[in-house]
Amino acid sequence: MTAGGGSELLEVGDRVVALAQGGEQVEAVVLRSSDTEVRVYEGEIESFSSAQSQGVGVRVIVDGRQGFAYAGTLDDDVLAETVAEARDNAAFGEPDEFNGLAEPDGVAVAELNLYREGLLSVPTDDKISLAQQLEAVVKAADARITGVESAEYVDSVGDMAVVTSTGIRTSGRETACYVAAYVLAEEDGDTQTGFGFSVGREPSDLDVAKAAADAADRATRLLGATKPASGRVTVVFDPYVTAQFLAILGSTLSGEAVLKGRSLFADRIGETVGASQLTLVDDPTDPRAFTAGETDGEGLATRRNVLIEDGTLRQFVHNTYTGRRSGTASTGSAIRGGFKSTPGAGCQAVSLLPGDLSQEALIAQVGDGILVQSVSGLHSGVNPVSGDFSTGAEGLRIAGGAVGEPLREFTIASTIQKMLGDVVAVGADLEWLPMSAAGVSLVIGDVTISGA
Amino acid sequence: MQRHAGTISSPLPPGPVEAHVLDEAVIQRTLGAALRTGGEWAEIFVEDKRSSSAVLDDGKVEELTSGRDRGAGIRVVVGETTGFAHTADLSEDGLRTAAEAAAAAARGGSGGTEVVDLTRHTAPRPNDVSVAPEDVAKATKVELLTRADQVARSQGSAITQVMARYGDSRRKILIANSDGLLTGDDQVKTLFSVSCVAFGDTGMQTGRESIGHTIGFELFDQYDVEDLARRAAERALTKLNAKPAPSGTLPVVIGKGGGGVLFHEACGHGLEADLVGKSASAFKGKVGEQVASPLITLVDDGTIAGEWGCFAVDDEGRPAQRNTLIEDGVLTDYMWDFLRARKEGRLSSGNGRRQSYQHLPMVRMTNTVITNGDTEPDDIIAGTDKGVYVAQLGGGQVNTATGDFVFGMTEAYLIEDGKVTDPIREGNLIGNGPEVLTRIDALGNDFAMGSPGMCGKDGQGVPVGDGVPTLRVTALTVGGTAA
Repeated sequence: MTAGGGSELLEVGDRVVALAQGGEQVEAVVLRSSDTEVRVYEGEIESFSSAQSQGVGVRVIVDGRQGFAYAGTLDDDVLAETVAEARDNAAFGEPDEFNGLAEPDGVAVAELNLYREGLLSVPTDDKISLAQQLEAVVKAADARITGVESAEYVDSVGDMAVVTSTGIRTSGRETACYVAAYVLAEEDGDTQTGFGFSVGREPSDLDVAKAAADAADRATRLLGATKPASGRVTVVFDPYVTAQFLAILGSTLSGEAVLKGRSLFADRIGETVGASQLTLVDDPTDPRAFTAGETDGEGLATRRNVLIEDGTLRQFVHNTYTGRRSGTASTGSAIRGGFKSTPGAGCQAVSLLPGDLSQEALIAQVGDGILVQSVSGLHSGVNPVSGDFSTGAEGLRIAGGAVGEPLREFTIASTIQKMLGDVVAVGADLEWLPMSAAGVSLVIGDVTISGA
Repeated sequence: MQRHAGTISSPLPPGPVEAHVLDEAVIQRTLGAALRTGGEWAEIFVEDKRSSSAVLDDGKVEELTSGRDRGAGIRVVVGETTGFAHTADLSEDGLRTAAEAAAAAARGGSGGTEVVDLTRHTAPRPNDVSVAPEDVAKATKVELLTRADQVARSQGSAITQVMARYGDSRRKILIANSDGLLTGDDQVKTLFSVSCVAFGDTGMQTGRESIGHTIGFELFDQYDVEDLARRAAERALTKLNAKPAPSGTLPVVIGKGGGGVLFHEACGHGLEADLVGKSASAFKGKVGEQVASPLITLVDDGTIAGEWGCFAVDDEGRPAQRNTLIEDGVLTDYMWDFLRARKEGRLSSGNGRRQSYQHLPMVRMTNTVITNGDTEPDDIIAGTDKGVYVAQLGGGQVNTATGDFVFGMTEAYLIEDGKVTDPIREGNLIGNGPEVLTRIDALGNDFAMGSPGMCGKDGQGVPVGDGVPTLRVTALTVGGTAA
């Protein structure tokens, strides 16, 4: 609930909802954002983009049928056209007694302070300078850094409002910025790459030195990497890898996947689904989360949901439709990919409750195995329906309780079900990352490695 | 460099599109404003895109979606710097504001008033669309979904879930620049996909089939959605009996059509001039060198009529081209967009593409194909003692700097004693592009295009096609769980 851009968008939403006819439910989601992106290359500005965008998505539900339309402008005549198109589309949907918009449910909206006025007053030259500094620092970090493919500063100011004919009227506003570098390292004819970033709500949050050090370290530590032998080993996931794995796990715990027969966890509430060290929480009200949000894609207050507790499956996440159809209620988990689609149900900010040990201590405990620094091909190698899991990987050998030589061009494979059961330990190093999941070091036993 | 076969993220519908979205005089004045502070070159890209889609899931048509996006992106180039701004406001005031923002972003010098002469028109090739999607009743589109659902479910009680998706889009673009270019295109795409879930003793498995072409609703005169649904269901059912995939390095036979993503990832991205220019490609400096087996001729072809990655002009106004990148294993050229080509004093190869008016163009593939060899595909399998036959690859990803890539197998079988035997579960294949290209020892004569895909690069998705004949890689690492 904020003033300024938010109230203007609420008024746009009001105008849409006022077009509802008798017997209709109408929802408007209205978005506006301003974005800046600066890329530098060899000290010069390669590109500078500045953009304002906005749009509206309209859902109409009538006689249990749902229709949707969107437009990338907010002109009054376009709003009317969009409502009419959504209404026409609704005539072709099949009636479903569970269709219906969210209604106020009494859950209080958390105050997360996601909007920083400070971002708006940062001079353009300072933004350019951040990207230039990042490039310079990363180049100076190590003699083996031979190039910086991209060094950029990006920020955005976003407003969103959701208004419905069923009494929802919420808005939110947030700022975000980051610097990121993607670098090349070379030694003895071998080339490797690495990336580093720093994320914040305003430029003063950004840590250029850390972004540069991460990028340089990731690229140089893989130089001279070889393929490991195939076999079964214990792996330690770096926090960044764990976060990607958790994001996939989160998608299998969506009420939508369950209802549509696409979740390997359907009918398993109350059962043990993983090691007892595992407690998985989806909490978009945690202000440390990059994806924190005060309200969900249907305008309900977000809330903390415990999905897996000590290895036992406790609940799924729901939007209004999946909650109602499952005989429960929305968990404030309606997710929207902007204004161009209807809300799905999904996790917004998942994390594992951290354990007691640092990554170093975990590695000492593991003794022999592989530290997985990055994975690739997750979108093609993981089937969230069957649970089959196989991805490309890079990392470092763990021998005698310490990290050793670099490894590349191998795959790690298991199933989601088996990996959850094979979790040996969760690290203490919880790290919030620019994705819908937080990272933490994770030790998993008995993973198949395919290499030489 | 992620790529996933499949749905267009915002499939579009129809609608009357004005012959010319903007008046020429307005374009001329906008470009003039863009150059007023010393820009060397300016461009305006105008887009009007309508889309529609319908989804049937869980036994019912969930909803129909329609959308419209319209706006302009303005680029100003000064030296090595590009300034860019975009706006949804196509009034002359809105365009001038964007032009001034782009000019400020490019930080030009102190130029005077520039006059742009838009005389060199290029006539766009009319799109061969015989049935515009906007002329087809919504009920007809919905009926396709219902038929697909029924046919898929009738393949067996083990089919527990079906999702069918219809999508169409019409994207009208106009491109004008300070070199005097004024051109445009009208791109119509139609897509249909079916995904099934089968449930058995081994848990759940999935099967998917999709068709997509740069044509109108006549797509369904050429393809039968019932056949598509049957194949998607069979794929899921087959996988219920799948064994764990082997792990380790093995010969891999890639089936016709479904394996083009191998080349998209293994070398296509590495041949994009923007990555080459920043030394982020394993193929930098190798033009004229033997980089692949002599069997391999790789062509990126935006002119293949009706294919998913084709167009009349690219998003910088260059006509689509057929570019041979590797000929008989020798690297002949890279792919180019305007900026990278200008730096080298040559012409763009028609590979400048962008997701929308809100994005800067960059070097992108169109339809990437391996031309036919002369071996019978059956002989390739018969000549493989022990290995894996991949009938359909999923998406993939590549690190262009190192050449390391992965892609998923969505339908694959064991090869034992020269015969295709048991189906295997999903897994990734991993390899290094430059190495794999040299390890192709057999090439079939059965070329086919694969499924429509969306290629992601730098966060921008564009439609791409690919195709291959059956071929064999002598050694690839298969990432399964079986020993």
